[in-house]
Amino acid sequence: MNILRTVRVSMRALGRNKMRSFLTALGIIIGVGAVIAMISIGEGAKNAVEERFTSMGTNLLFVRPGSLSFRGRQSGAGSYNTLTPEDAQALMEKCNAVQYVSPNVSGRVQTVYRNKNWNTSIQGVSEKFTDIRKWVVEEGVFFDENMVKVGAKVCVLGSDVKQNLFEDEDAIGQIIRIKKIPFRVIGVLEAKGESGGWFNQDDMIAMPYTTAQRRLLGIDYIQSIDVSATSTENTAKAVAQIEEVLRIRHKIAPGAEDDFNVRNWSEMAESASESMRILTYLLGGIAAVSLLVGGIGIMNIMLVSVTERIREIGIRMSVGAREKDILLQFLTEAVVLSVLGGVLGIGVGIATSRLISHFAGWTTLISLGSIALAFLFAGSVGIFFGFYPASKASKLDPIEALRYE
Amino acid sequence: MENNIIIKLENLTKIYKVGETEVNALKGVSRSIQKGEMLAIMGPSGSGKSTVMNIVGCLDRPTEGRYFLEGEEVSTLDKNRLARIRNKKIGFVFQTFNLLPRTTALENTELPLLYSSVPSKKAKDLALKALSAVGLEGRELHRTSQLSGGEQQRVAIARALVNAPSLLLADEPTGNLDTKTGNEIMEIFKKLNQENNITVILVTHDPEVAQFAQHRIYLRDGVIVRED
Repeated sequence: MNILRTVRVSMRALGRNKMRSFLTALGIIIGVGAVIAMISIGEGAKNAVEERFTSMGTNLLFVRPGSLSFRGRQSGAGSYNTLTPEDAQALMEKCNAVQYVSPNVSGRVQTVYRNKNWNTSIQGVSEKFTDIRKWVVEEGVFFDENMVKVGAKVCVLGSDVKQNLFEDEDAIGQIIRIKKIPFRVIGVLEAKGESGGWFNQDDMIAMPYTTAQRRLLGIDYIQSIDVSATSTENTAKAVAQIEEVLRIRHKIAPGAEDDFNVRNWSEMAESASESMRILTYLLGGIAAVSLLVGGIGIMNIMLVSVTERIREIGIRMSVGAREKDILLQFLTEAVVLSVLGGVLGIGVGIATSRLISHFAGWTTLISLGSIALAFLFAGSVGIFFGFYPASKASKLDPIEALRYE
Repeated sequence: MENNIIIKLENLTKIYKVGETEVNALKGVSRSIQKGEMLAIMGPSGSGKSTVMNIVGCLDRPTEGRYFLEGEEVSTLDKNRLARIRNKKIGFVFQTFNLLPRTTALENTELPLLYSSVPSKKAKDLALKALSAVGLEGRELHRTSQLSGGEQQRVAIARALVNAPSLLLADEPTGNLDTKTGNEIMEIFKKLNQENNITVILVTHDPEVAQFAQHRIYLRDGVIVRED
């Protein structure tokens, strides 16, 4: 008996019990749907995180004072102010793998424009900030080297701050007050969007770091240095050069621990997307359990079906069906059920994932791989759980089967 | 003469084990059956006639003794080979019809061809022909439940005939039918036997039905006690 005919016979047998076949397949439909929807959530989150990270540049490095990474062992105010603007200058001059540097200071402030006020963070940076972060100034201009040198009271608004203080009004040339000091708005940055939920890049005000140091924070050190390497491939080289230069400048004895810490943004990006990948596996794994339960449902119904159809099996055997034919017939029924369930499940999965992204606002991503995986898994579940009932059917004795009431 | 023998049974015995006890269903049955013969096996229940039927029909194997079908010893064949022989050489008709429920007469008739690699187009032609041979033209697409008892038995005969078997086995074929319908069914068997030269073996305890056969053998307690 060829496969096509077997499939046709199986379809006919399943068609005789439409409701039961549908309910049996429902386990697989839900299982496959859940796997696809869950993986799409995980993949979507991973993709969103990766996108946010790469939008900030893959050649980005951060230099921070050491106490951040040696928490608990080495804390205290002293370790926070080891970095100076001169360090930043030295990196620019002595490291050939470094493209741009931007000294960075930050703090939270209350800003006022006329009758509106908004609590946000200020980022004191250099004129290279937009180059390093690959950020576009949407309106107006970014401050230049000269403004940094003199500590001009100018600022560039993140799109959220602009929206909150000015709404639709034109912000360029207006004066806002930060700690009662007037700042002229010279530009507005393009919106970057929330970074996967952990911080909002658009809710900040950029100004020359010199201005922020002197006028707002009252410090002469800097809190971190943003660095861009000349290329993504050169980031490791840049890290090494930065470490060398800073160790000399900070007079750290050979063998002693650094009082600073260089972080590679693309490595951070990788670890973030790695954790998203784990999330995807976790979600997919939980959903796969329901697929397994669906498989057990198939086995259950197939066993009932074999018992119900003992006489039919006897008839088929009496007209010449071999063990193999009976085995194949029942196995095909199980596989047809699970494959049909799989196909419907793919539809359910895609629909669920769309609904989730529509109502919950999460990014979801359906990959062909996850569809293929869920489908293959459903097929194997059918074969695996269909085998026992099918083998039971094929082992029946024809005489007893014919006599069965 | 030897060439005309379709079935040769040599000292068949069959012992069933039911729990601890052994039931000796056949105690040495020997008989040759000629090609084209119509034979009735008679006897009370428990006489062993169903056991003979099952062995001759290749559904079961004897515990001892030999069984030759068209010169081939089949008593030693494995289950798969027996299935092939049932498919090619034997047609069964049962007391309870044994048609597949919720299936049409045509599909039931095609069933043996499903297991003998006959292309589906040809299978349909053969099935239609077999149905018309038992007088069921126009009822091919009726489902089992829409057919009367006599019609169902006709479908069963068509199914038994569709593979052009050399041997037709009928186990109490009229047992579930009224006398008139039963006689019609028996006429079909007789016609198939006489016109198509198909060997027919009937199992029955009804002497009237047995009269349709040329010969009768009587079984009691696992041995042939009488023949006529």
